[in-house]
Order: sequence, then structure tokens, then C-alpha cells
Amino acid sequence: MAKVPIAPDFIVERDKDKCISCQVCCRMCSNDAHVYDRERDQVDTLSGRCVGCHFCENFCPTGALTVRQNPSQIRQNANWNQQMLTWVAKQAETGGVLLTGMGCDQPFPIYWDHILLNASQVTNPSIDPLREPMELRTYIGRKPDRLELAGGSDQGKGARLKNKLEKQLVLQTPILFSAMSYGSISLNACKSLAWAASEFGTFYNTGEGGLHRDLYPYGANTIVQVASGRFGVHMEYLKAGAAIEIKIGQGAKPGIGGHLPGEKVDEEVSRTRMIPVGTDALSPAPHHDIYSIEDLRQLIYALKEATRYEKPVGVKISAVHNVAPIATGVVRAGADFVTIDGLRGGTGAAPTVIRNNVGIPIELAIAAVDSRLRQEGIRNHASVIAAGGFRTSGDIIKAIALGADAVYIGTAALVALGCHLCQRCYTGKCNWGIATQDPFLTKRLNPTIGARRLVNLLRAWSLEIKEMMGGMGINAIESLRGNREALRGVGLSDTELKILGIKPAGEAW
Amino acid sequence: MMEGLMSEQMYIADKDYRVPSGCGVSGIMNEAGERFSGEAIMCSIALMRERSNGLGGGFAAYGIYPDLADYYAFHLMYETDEAKRQTDEYLRAYYTIMHDEPIPTRKIKVISQSPLLWRYFLKPREDVLAKNPRLSEQDLVVQTAMYISGKIKDALVASSGKNMGIFKGVGFPEDIGEFYRLEEYRGYIWTAHGRFPTNSVAWWGGAHPFGLLDWSVVHNGEISSYGINRRYLQNFNYSCSFFTDTEVITYLFDLLIRKHELPFEIVAKILAAPLWADIERMPEEEKEFYQSLRIVYGSALLNGPFGVIVANSQTMLGLNDRLKLRPLVAARWGDFIYIASEESAIRQICPQPDRVWMPRAGEPILGRMRRNNLAKDPLSQEATAEVFEAGREEEGL
Repeated sequence: MAKVPIAPDFIVERDKDKCISCQVCCRMCSNDAHVYDRERDQVDTLSGRCVGCHFCENFCPTGALTVRQNPSQIRQNANWNQQMLTWVAKQAETGGVLLTGMGCDQPFPIYWDHILLNASQVTNPSIDPLREPMELRTYIGRKPDRLELAGGSDQGKGARLKNKLEKQLVLQTPILFSAMSYGSISLNACKSLAWAASEFGTFYNTGEGGLHRDLYPYGANTIVQVASGRFGVHMEYLKAGAAIEIKIGQGAKPGIGGHLPGEKVDEEVSRTRMIPVGTDALSPAPHHDIYSIEDLRQLIYALKEATRYEKPVGVKISAVHNVAPIATGVVRAGADFVTIDGLRGGTGAAPTVIRNNVGIPIELAIAAVDSRLRQEGIRNHASVIAAGGFRTSGDIIKAIALGADAVYIGTAALVALGCHLCQRCYTGKCNWGIATQDPFLTKRLNPTIGARRLVNLLRAWSLEIKEMMGGMGINAIESLRGNREALRGVGLSDTELKILGIKPAGEAW
Repeated sequence: MMEGLMSEQMYIADKDYRVPSGCGVSGIMNEAGERFSGEAIMCSIALMRERSNGLGGGFAAYGIYPDLADYYAFHLMYETDEAKRQTDEYLRAYYTIMHDEPIPTRKIKVISQSPLLWRYFLKPREDVLAKNPRLSEQDLVVQTAMYISGKIKDALVASSGKNMGIFKGVGFPEDIGEFYRLEEYRGYIWTAHGRFPTNSVAWWGGAHPFGLLDWSVVHNGEISSYGINRRYLQNFNYSCSFFTDTEVITYLFDLLIRKHELPFEIVAKILAAPLWADIERMPEEEKEFYQSLRIVYGSALLNGPFGVIVANSQTMLGLNDRLKLRPLVAARWGDFIYIASEESAIRQICPQPDRVWMPRAGEPILGRMRRNNLAKDPLSQEATAEVFEAGREEEGL
């Protein structure tokens, strides 16, 4: 029986006139796509090994390399495209589950691109953010429905609060860095995130990787995660963070656990995660102490007890069909914030078939959850953090207007650090020094530069959000949060508009 | 709907679309509770004719029904007799109607048509309250007003408070005042509104002030945070069926002051919250207090340009947005406090106030009754008349 040939995904073109056979590319490529032939004093490229990370293209000293999508085409077939053939061929070869990294790359509708923002004209002046204050400060945590005053005159002078508010996370911009574990990403990547969060006044999330000892000083800007494998979870770890997040699910792989291949578990990762060097770190699909909502409640309160109620405890779930009632249950179980991770949420490793077929888009999930929490009268009881594929500040401001308190960005942060979305994080061969533990590769990511680039991204997006808010005549983010009148839909069905809770473009107030 | 909007007989629309409108507002209060005629407020708002375009005007008056001060005064607008029949029936199920009559009007040239205007003085039925022990009298009144305006076709409750009333319609405010014969009433708080909506859909119910219980709100501006303010109020069972900024402002005051029992000064700091930068500079305890206010009541922040005058039987409050994007001026003269969109509108009726000032963004102007139980102890007609005459002379009316 003939083997079905797997066509290479990429073709690397080498401009012979520019190539000086310096072999930099050979040393750079962790996939060994470039090979030096001593006899011919010439560098050849084995395109079949190229993953399309564009590292060589970026760093070739003479600019001799171009990485392109392979133009080779099979007979046109709407049903059986090249991708499908490749997958079948690979599985016929190996008998294994297809793996991938990063968020879903399939052409599901991106609702952000069907939602438009409002702006002021005449009857309501727009506000110039360069001249007037424009406030993005956001508080994450449980809020009471009302405040009760003690003492003070009936005119409010000298009034004090009867009860102190529960601990809140203060964000200078409604953007946090998503959970990405040390192990799945390098320590330099973790440092970049921690330093940037700390400098800008926001938070990064440890994911299920424990907290490397070098990162303890940034605890005030750290959300520590407790996931089903409980890797690296101990008392010191829980105390180190500003908040705790229980991870139930992840947008890229709802319903299944995690798998950090042993190749990525070196000495440091082993110490941080508290597992032997070189062993696979397998996170079970469910938490084996959470089989129901009341079990979740126990874990939430166990963590609160352990940290003396000094830290908000949140729960991360993936956006699935029933996300609204699940989120309601999570809030009733005592979570101070709920993180919802949508269909396009990233991952370091997930079965391709799960990533591409399970879950719902984050836009619909935000709208459904916010509406449901309001219907139940418990929207104040927890903050909602949305995650999963935010590409621009435009996506973020729309998410907030739909009802999210803040958003997590993961993929965008990695792109700022150099990621080109080759989707091969699980191989541990990331040329950009992000999703790898190979010291030869990780040293390519300088955390000082990485942090600066992340701070730049946060600053740029925050400025853009301020510009858009000013245009709408709104000078505080809380007036935009859940303000769906600021949004209009284009090219959406009545049902989609109804779920999003927005009017079609062209309809006035 | 469209047919209705086009019809000249349209007084009570199904809903008021959020029509942006410019406006003039004015308010006068006598803090000693001395009552004076509606002439002064008509005179003040008439001066700001430029700020309205004849498509809506109205007044709120407090202290005008001293003899029936114990009963909820409902001002109703009806487009059809059927609406009145249904409303009467509904009211009888929950209240004893102590007195009811048409609201007196006079024919004037510029107002040729009007809905049927009726007022009722209602006493909640004991058996109704007894059956629902968790329902307060005020909650019943709120429910009644919301039911009639929202569910009974062609009927609208203009006001529903004790010893107060709202008089409004389509026209310039001074014409509306003349139509309702407001110079014949005496009150200790008067507020007025002249409207400049951007489209021609004008209906009587859509004019301002907006009222609920003894709240009345006149407002100049457009609330950019409307979407979230409305959704926030829905959490607390306010249905917001009129789709207007003024309605939302009224409910926010009702929620924060009546239900959450916060003082006006604090409510002003919720609706026009101080900037974070200013909060940061406060002493520690104050800082925590204001942080908490913003954290808990962020969805109640009114964002966008506004100048608003809110009144209830004890208080008149003027408030600007946090950037002061709309005008509002205040003055004091003896027991009187004046608030208006323009200083000229104050000087017109009080040429030499003791003090005139331009309140800063978010800084409330507050007039407070010095006598708390006025409703139970109305000033005698004679005494009021004397005070009124004196006031007129001194104010140069």
C-alpha cells in the first residue's frame, strides 16, 4: 500500500544571491530545517521540517530567507482539503491523537468584527482624552449590593462605612495577562509577564505551573492558579499571590486536562512543579475533589480559609453551551470573580479535534453570562473576566461594553514577545524562546526587552480605549461596562443580536 | 407605532425613544416652607425661551395641596375615555379615592389640544396593605404608577406624590404654565423645564419633569452611560419603560435615597463621582470611603453632560456632571434658593440675591426644608398669602 505523501506546510525560499552561507540559520533553527553542506559550501533548506515560525527569516543577516505557505495544491475539494488529507495521513502513520498549540484557527464567526461602537455628535460632546481625565481603573472582586453608613450627620459629613469591602484587585487598565504556566512557557517569558504586570499596575497569572522562586517578589501582581494537577500548589504559593484562581476549564480544551511533555520538565520546572525531572505532567480532566458545584464551594472556601479571606478567589471555566447557568452556580458557590475562556482561547498543547470543535465564542458567552447574572440579581457579587482571542483594543472595549469587567490576553502577549503562531508550542522547540525550556532557545528572550514590549502593548491599547471612550463621551470605564447601547451589530441574525443583547446598526436608541 | 406618531391626536406614546434634547431648567425653593405662587417660576423659565423649541415644557410644584396632603396626588393623562375607565377600575382595587376631578386648565391660543387631564387623591386600602405585609405604601404607589403608565394603553401617570404635582405638556413652558393656571397655586418648591428635542415627535407624556412618588426631575443633557444605568436599575426591579434619561435619574435617586438610605450629599458623589486622581489625594479614611462608593456604585455613575434639578417634598438638589459640560447656576436670597441653567433666569425674578455662584463639576447645590413635617402642619392660607405678597414686593415681581 502506498504511503500518502504529506506535503510540507511551508516552503522556505533562499535567495542564492544574498545567502553568504554563514550558517546562522542552521544554528538558529531548532527544527533543523536548514542544513549546511560542507562539500558544496552551501546551505540547503528542508522545507518539510519548517513549522513557519519565521525566526530565521527575521534574523538572517542578509535577508536571504522568505517563508511562504506551500502553494502546492491538491485537486480542489470543498470537503477534503489539504489539511484534512494531512491529518488523516499523519494519523494513519502514527495511530495517535493530533496535537496542536495556540487557539482555534478555524473560520468560525468572529463577532467582534460584526459589532460597531458608538460616538458622540452634537447633542453630547465627545471628550478629548489628551485634555480631560479618562479613567480605566478597574476593581476585580466581590461587591455588596449597597453600602451602609455608620455615624455621620444626615448630610453625609463624617460618614463611615459600616462594613469594609472585601479585598479587591486594582487594575490600572482592564487588561490582565492570561494563565500561562512556567513549563509550558520559559522562565524568561514568565519574567517578562510578571515585570510588565508589576510596572503597569495589572496582573499576570501563573497557570498551573507553580511559582518559580525568582517570581515571588512580584506576588502583588500575580494571580496564582490552582488546577486539577495541583502542581506547585503549597501554602507559600497561595500566600504569594494577590488572588487565587481555580481552573476548571480552558477555552482551547474544554472538558479535558493538560499534558506537559516530560521533555519540557527540566530541573527548575521539576522543582517548581514538585514533580520528577523528565516526567510528563498530566493534569486530570476534572479536579478529583470537585464532582459537583458543592464540591467547588468547598475548595473555594478551603482556599479562602487557608489565606484568611485576604485574597479574592476566582474560578476559570471554559465557554460551553451552558456557560451562563454554570457561571451563576460558580458565583453562588462563592467565587469573587469568574473567568470565562472562549472558543479561541490559547493553549500550549491540546488535541486538535478538541480545540477546533468544542466550546462557544467568547462574545456570546460574555453576553449570556452578564445577562444571566443580572437576571439573578447577583452581578455585583463577582467580577467577570473574559479570555480567548482578544486581538485589538477594539475587541476589548466591545467585551467590556457587553458586560466583562476586564479581559485576559494571552496570545496577544506572546505575539508581543515574538510569537508567530506556528502552533507548535507542545514540541518544546520554540525558536522565539517562549514555549521552550531549552536554555539555548530561552536565552533568546530577554525579559527586560520582553517586559518593555508588553508594557508598550498595554499602554498603546489603553490609549486607544481612552480615545474610543472619549469619542463616546464617557470618561470612566464603569460607565461603559455592560453598556450595550454603545454597541450595534452588522450582518447578524435576530437570534444572535438577541443573545448579544444589542440592536442592529441603523437602529437609534 | 408610526401611524400613532404621525397622528395629531397623539398624547401618550407607547414609549419615548431616547430623543436627545437640549433644555433649560429652573428651580426655586423656600427653605422655610413658605409657599409662593407659580408666577415666579414661569417668569424665570420664560426668559430662557431660546433653550426650548415649543415641543415640551413642564413644572413640578410642592406644597400645593395642603388640604389633601395626607393622600397621594396622582396626576393622570388620558388619550381615551377607555383608558380612564380602566385606570379608575385599577385604582379602586387598591385605593380609596378620596377626591378626584379634572385638572383645571384654561383655553389659550397656542395650546389647542390636550389629553384628558385628571387628578386623584388616593389613600391605599388597608386591606390591600394588610394582605401584603412586605409591601410598603410607597412600594404600592411605585407599582401602581409603573403599571398604569406601562400596561394601560393611552394612560400615563405624570406624578404620584403627596402634596405635590407635575404639570406638563407640549408647548413652550410659559404657555404650559398659563394653560394649567399655575399662578393660582402656591408651593414652596417649584421646578421647571423647557425642552428642545432634536426631532418633531412631541407628546404630552414625554415632556418633563418626570415624577415618581414625590420625586421630580428636570434635566438638561444626555446621559452616555444610559445603557448601563438602566440595566443596573433593572437589577432592583425598576422597569425603565419610558426610555428616557430623566426616568433613569429619577429611579437612581429613589433607589439610593429611599431604599439605600444614603444622604443627598453622598448620592451626588455617586452620580457625579470624584476622579480617582482626586480620591488618591484624600486623607486615608476619606479615600477608602470614596473608593468604596465608586467600587460599589460604579454602574450608577451618570456619565455625559448634564445639569439636573431633583426635588422631593423636603429637598431641592442641583447637580452637574463630573466635567461640568452643561451650565448650572445657583443663588441664595434669604430663605430662597435658586438654581437655573442661566444666571439671567435667576436675576429675572430675584434681581439682587445675597449670593450667586457657579457650582463646580459634581458639587451638589442643596436646598433643605427646615420644617420636617410640613405636610401635617400646613401653613395657614392667610400667612402664606402674606409671605407671598412680601416676597413678591421684595423680589420686584
